[in-house]
Amino acid sequence: MENTTTQLLRFITAGSVDDGKSTLIGRLLHDSKSIFEDQLSAISKTSEKRGMATVDLSLLTDGLQAEREQGITIDVAYRYFATPKRKFIIGDTPGHEQYTRNMVTAASTANLVVILVDARKGVLVQTRRHTYLASLVGIPHIVLAVNKMDMVDYSETVFNAICTEYRQFAAQLGLSNITCIPLSALVGDMLVDRGDNLNWYEGTTLMELLETVEIDHDLNTTDFRFPVQWVCRPQTEEFHDFRGFMGRIESGEVAVGDEITIQPSGRTTTVKEIVTYDGNLERAYAPQSVAITLADEIDISRGDMFVGKGNQPKVAKEFEAMLCWLSETPLDKNRKYVIKHTTRSVKCVFTRLDYRVDVNTLEQHDATTLNMNDIARVAIKVQQPLVFDSYLLDHGTGSFIVIDEATNNTVGAGMIA
Amino acid sequence: MSNHNFTHLDALESESIHIMREVAAECKNPALLFSGGKDSIVMLRLAEKAFRPAKFPFPLVHIDTEHNFPEVIATRDKLAADLGERLIVRSLEDSIKKGTVVLKNETQSRNVFQSVTLLETIAEFGFDACMGGARRDEEKARAKERIFSFRDDFGQWDPKNQRPELWDIYNTRVHAGENIRVFPISNWTEMDIWQYIEREKLEIPSIYYAHEREVIQRAGGIMPVSHLVQPQAGEIVVTKTVRFRTVGDITCTCPVESPARNAAEIIIETATTRITERGATRMDDQTSDASMELRKKEGYF
Ligand SMILES: Nc1nc2c(ncn2[C@@H]2O[C@H](COP(=O)(O)OP(=O)(O)O)[C@@H](O)[C@H]2O)c(=O)[nH]1
Ligand SMILES: [Mg+2]
Repeated sequence: MENTTTQLLRFITAGSVDDGKSTLIGRLLHDSKSIFEDQLSAISKTSEKRGMATVDLSLLTDGLQAEREQGITIDVAYRYFATPKRKFIIGDTPGHEQYTRNMVTAASTANLVVILVDARKGVLVQTRRHTYLASLVGIPHIVLAVNKMDMVDYSETVFNAICTEYRQFAAQLGLSNITCIPLSALVGDMLVDRGDNLNWYEGTTLMELLETVEIDHDLNTTDFRFPVQWVCRPQTEEFHDFRGFMGRIESGEVAVGDEITIQPSGRTTTVKEIVTYDGNLERAYAPQSVAITLADEIDISRGDMFVGKGNQPKVAKEFEAMLCWLSETPLDKNRKYVIKHTTRSVKCVFTRLDYRVDVNTLEQHDATTLNMNDIARVAIKVQQPLVFDSYLLDHGTGSFIVIDEATNNTVGAGMIA
Repeated sequence: MSNHNFTHLDALESESIHIMREVAAECKNPALLFSGGKDSIVMLRLAEKAFRPAKFPFPLVHIDTEHNFPEVIATRDKLAADLGERLIVRSLEDSIKKGTVVLKNETQSRNVFQSVTLLETIAEFGFDACMGGARRDEEKARAKERIFSFRDDFGQWDPKNQRPELWDIYNTRVHAGENIRVFPISNWTEMDIWQYIEREKLEIPSIYYAHEREVIQRAGGIMPVSHLVQPQAGEIVVTKTVRFRTVGDITCTCPVESPARNAAEIIIETATTRITERGATRMDDQTSDASMELRKKEGYF
C-alpha cells in the first residue's frame, strides 16, 4: 500500500534562460517514473514536429499556449510528483529579467531552491540575483546545481572552481547552508541516478538530497502565533454558547490550559479547548488549522492574534520592511495602499524609500519611486496597528502583500525588517 | 518541539481549510461548486473540517448538464441532505430553453457549455467567489493557475495577467460584477485524493469502483453504453469490468478497465498507472494540446 505518512517538500528552480531548468524538472519526473504515457506521447509528437532528434523533456513544464508558440516559460508552473519518501511540489520559475516577481512569488512558499548554472558559463550576474532573491525571501535550503557537465568533459576542476566562487559570493549574503551538485539534466547524471560520468563526486544525488533534507525545523517552532481567521458561532441548541476562534497556527505550538495574550488589545486568558472536526486536541502545532475556545469571554474578531508566552511580537503602526514591487504601475508615494498582513487588512502609506537594491551588484541606490521588479528598503505607516515579527524570526507574521485599491491588484510583497 | 507526525495529507488538508476560511471571511457571497464527483466530495469534507460545528457559510451549487451518471446525482443529493446544507441546482437545459446555449445535437458533449450556465448562475445569485475542486495536476494550463483566480466580468481568465500569489496571503478583492474562482485543492494530486478518501472513509458514487458495464470500443477508448451513447453500425457491445477515474458528461467520460473495488486497491493502481486522469477519461480534452486552456479562457471552470 502506498505510504500515507510522507512529508511534503516544496521547491523551486531558478536559473537563466537555457540553463536547463525545464529539462531538469522533466528529468526528475521522468526518472522517478512520474511522467505518464499520454504526456510522453504528446511531447514526443511535438518534439518530432519541431524536427528534434530526441524527446524534449522541457516541454513537460512549458504549459501555456503562448509558451508553446514562443518556446519560452512565461509564468510560474507547478508540478507534482512523489517518491516513497516524500511528496514534492515544484515551482518552475522563469529566468527572464522582467520576471523577478515570479521568482519571489514562487520562492515565498518554498523549502528549497535549486539554482542552476551552466558549467560552461559558471556564476553569472543572474546567478547572483537568484541567490540574493532566495536569501531575501529566506528559503531555508539552497542547492547549486552545476548543469551541463557533459559539455565540460565532466571536469572536477571546472566544478570546484564554480563552487568556490559561488560559496564566496553566498557568504557575503550570510548564506552557509549550501549544497553544490554537478549534474547533466540532459543525460541524467546525478539527478535520480548517479550515472557513470561523475565518479569523482562523492556527495548525494539531487533526488537523495530532496528526499532527505531536514525541513521540520524550517518553521519557527517556539513562538506561538495564531491569527484569528474566522469566528465560529453555530448558535444552535447544541452549541448555544460555542465561540470558536478558527485559524491556522503560523508558528509555535499551543496546549489546553496555556495562558495566551490577545493582540493588539493585550488582554490575557487561557486556552479552554482546541477543537477540530476529528475531536478535541490537548496540543496543536504549526501549521495545523484548528479552532480555539477560551476560558473568558473577550471581544475578539478576525485580524486579532493569539500569542504565547516568551518572545512577544511587536504591536505598532510604523515599521520598516524590504519591499518587492510587482506591478507595472510604479509605486506612488503620494498614494494610500492597502496592506494585507496575516488576517488583517489596513490602509498604509510609504513614508520613506530608504534605498533600492541593485539585485545584480547588491549596491544601494537612492529611490524616489519603485518600478516592477525593484526591491527596496522602505518605511511604512499603517492606519491601525499591526501585530508582527521580523520576517527573519517568523515568515508567517513578518510577511505582507500590498494591494492597489483602484485596481485590486497585488502590487507589492513585503518582508518586515 | 515540532509535529513529527504531520504528513503530506495533513499539510494539504490544513492548507485547504485555511483557504476556505479566507473565502468565508473575505468574500461577501461565496459558493461551493459541488457535482457529486470525488474531488468535490473531498471538498465537502474539507468544508466540514473548516466550519463545523457550524453550518457552511455558503451554499453548494451544481451546474447540471443533465448528461449525468445517475449514481453521481444520487450521491450528490444524499450528501447534501445528510450534511443539512443548502444545494442549488441550475441546469444546462435552462440555458438551452433561454437560447443562450445552442446544441448541434442531443448527444453532443455538454462539458464546454457548462461555463454559460455557470456564468448565468453567478449572475442570478450575485456570487463573488466560487470554490471549485480543480487540481493543478490535472492539466498543463491548470498547473499555472493561482489558487485565487481572478475573472473579469465576462468570466474570463487571462493567463498572462494573473495576480501574484505570495506566502499564504490571498488577495480576495474584486470589483462589482467580477468574481474569483478559488481552488482550495490546487496542490492535491489524484493520489492524494484517493489517499484522503481512504483515510476519511468518504462515501463516493459506486461507479468509481470496479463494476461490470456494457461498453463500446471507440476512438481508442471504451465508451459506456447509455441512453445517449448507442452502438453505431459495425460497433459491438461488450461487458467489461471497469471503473471511472473522473465522472463528467456521460457522452464523453470513459471508464478504465480495472478490478479495483475499493479505495485501497485504487491507490495501488494509481501508484502504478501510466496514463493521466484526463488522458484516460476525457475525450473532449484530447482534441488539441491546448484545448483546456481555450476553454478556461472562455470561462470554463
Ligand atoms: N548538453 C546539455 N544540454 C542541456 C542540459 N540540460 C539542458 N540542456 C539543453 O539546454 C537547452 C535549454 O534547456 P531548458 O531546460 O529549456 O532551459 P530553461 O530555459 O532553463 O528551462 C535545451 O536545448 C536543453 O536540451 C545538459 O545537462 N547538457
Ligand atoms: Mg524552461
